[in-house]
Amino acid sequence: MTFRTTRRGLLKSGIAAGATAASAGAALANTPDPLITELQDWASGTGDGVDATPYGLPIEYESDVIRRNVEWLTADTISSINFTPIHALDGTITPQGCAFERHHSGAIELRKDDYRLMINGLVDQPLVFSYADLERFPRENHVYFCECAANTGMEWAGAQLNGAQFTHGMIHNMEYSGVPLRTLLEEAGLDTAGDLAGKWVYVEGADASSNGRSIPMEKALDDCLVAFKANGEALRKEHGYPVRLVVPGWEGNMWVKWLRRIEVMDGPVESREETSKYTDTLADGTSRKWTWVMDAKSVITSPSPQSPITHGTGPVVISGLAWSGHGKITRVDVSRDGGMTWETARLGKQGDSKALTRFYLDTEWNGEDWLLQSRAIDETGYVQPTKAQLREVRGENSIYHNNCIQTWHLKANGEAENVEVS
Amino acid sequence: ANTSGFGLGRPALAEEIAAWDLDVSPDGTGLPEGRGDVFTGEEVFAENCAICHGDFAEGVDNWPVLAGGFDTLADKDPVKTVGSYWPYLSTVWDYVNRSMPFGAAQTLEPDDVYAIVAYILYSNDLVDDDFELSHENFAEFEMPNAGGFVVDDRPETEYVNWRSEPCMTDCKQSVEITMRATVLDVTPDEEGSGEASSMSHDSG
Repeated sequence: MTFRTTRRGLLKSGIAAGATAASAGAALANTPDPLITELQDWASGTGDGVDATPYGLPIEYESDVIRRNVEWLTADTISSINFTPIHALDGTITPQGCAFERHHSGAIELRKDDYRLMINGLVDQPLVFSYADLERFPRENHVYFCECAANTGMEWAGAQLNGAQFTHGMIHNMEYSGVPLRTLLEEAGLDTAGDLAGKWVYVEGADASSNGRSIPMEKALDDCLVAFKANGEALRKEHGYPVRLVVPGWEGNMWVKWLRRIEVMDGPVESREETSKYTDTLADGTSRKWTWVMDAKSVITSPSPQSPITHGTGPVVISGLAWSGHGKITRVDVSRDGGMTWETARLGKQGDSKALTRFYLDTEWNGEDWLLQSRAIDETGYVQPTKAQLREVRGENSIYHNNCIQTWHLKANGEAENVEVS
Repeated sequence: ANTSGFGLGRPALAEEIAAWDLDVSPDGTGLPEGRGDVFTGEEVFAENCAICHGDFAEGVDNWPVLAGGFDTLADKDPVKTVGSYWPYLSTVWDYVNRSMPFGAAQTLEPDDVYAIVAYILYSNDLVDDDFELSHENFAEFEMPNAGGFVVDDRPETEYVNWRSEPCMTDCKQSVEITMRATVLDVTPDEEGSGEASSMSHDSG
């Protein structure tokens, strides 16, 4: 493929292969910089008034930081996926406007006035809530990642898509405000259900696909959230407006959007989304079901194929994301030689449980080839595996739950490529 | 509604629960009364389903294949269909009833759904052409891959092995590149708007 802008950018910045002697950032100016010596419009005239943009979008120069679709992945764009531009983001909070989407029958429009949430099944009193009812329950705030079970799924059999956005961008991380699912279940009363240890809840959305999934009662009563705000504002239409389920640490499919019904049941429904889909076929033809948790994972977002080094040699920030469905990220290691040697990176801030964690390795690049890898470790001591380790247990056909160590080949010209290494 | 709670929400009425609670469990719980045979199913399928799934449930273009693929689950490219993969017939009924046809979901009557499911079984060579499916004989039917699933065993097969202090130095003798994404060349490229695909560094 060709990243034409990148190539143009490389030419403009005058970095040629092998130009390793010059250290960028230390070049002396021969002539005065007109951006400094000449009066610029913005330093003399005026900018936009405060009434110009009641609700703003990013400045036009950031127009590359957008969701992208990969046409050949799915039969149509209605039951499909797009990708968060993680290669261009920093920190941990995903801007909602470019946070990935995954729908099975499209992003529906459901007004708060038309919204109803039903709780039925093995409860003392089946209930119907309006949206306004939900806002009257005690609320909590939590930051969690939502990762599609299929994130990195196209990479099982080899290095396929060239960019962190495409290989790892079925993920977003938001601060949710909402009501614990436990609170709503208790409002309906769980005495009728008897021993909760064997009970399940079935959750489904208001859209045509319904996306019904079965969740064991233990998880439902633990940390699931019925959320109506994300990153401070209402959920976006495409993320489940006005109400979605948040299932911390568990595969994104279970984060049912446009949540309309919660049923307490004796057993799992074994719905389409937990039999035909979101089951993981192993090499011997048997399949795992109920693979809910997303294991520890990481990726270097820069440098990466869509985010090459254009500043030449010298100081470089290796930056990336790590996360685990089992809890907090405690450590991320980075290798520049394809896993022969590792050094421990710096966390942007202390890891939050089941949330994206930013890591940095502040280092020097002298123009040599790097085989960049990152390796996450979570608070349970679990170490992110290589793809070879995963394949040894699972084969290549499990589609979901690919949390392998990613390798980027950084070349002398500053470009990076998605590769596999021995 | 509940003296121990906040008193928010109101009781759900029986008609409301009936309208929304449509799920069917593997033992058939949730099925409405009804019946449909293979011949009827062929007609209903041709009218509502075949445009995407093919006349014989074999799939058109990239749309899902519903039939065939037996004994392929351990192959390099498994063909996972209702017949070869799905563990429970209840899921077929439930999903067709609630979410199909794509773009016009919940427009089928229960008898139509029974007939379509009967036809899908026939397309998979799992029943004869005179077969009739009903709420009465539903639970008797066992799908070929019903025993093909195990509950998530990562704690035993993976976590126990991968929770140890990892190697930091001299972890391998050498490293070779064995595969490159640019050889496949399947990543989208935005012709005419190259900025969309990669970080723009030429704006200055």
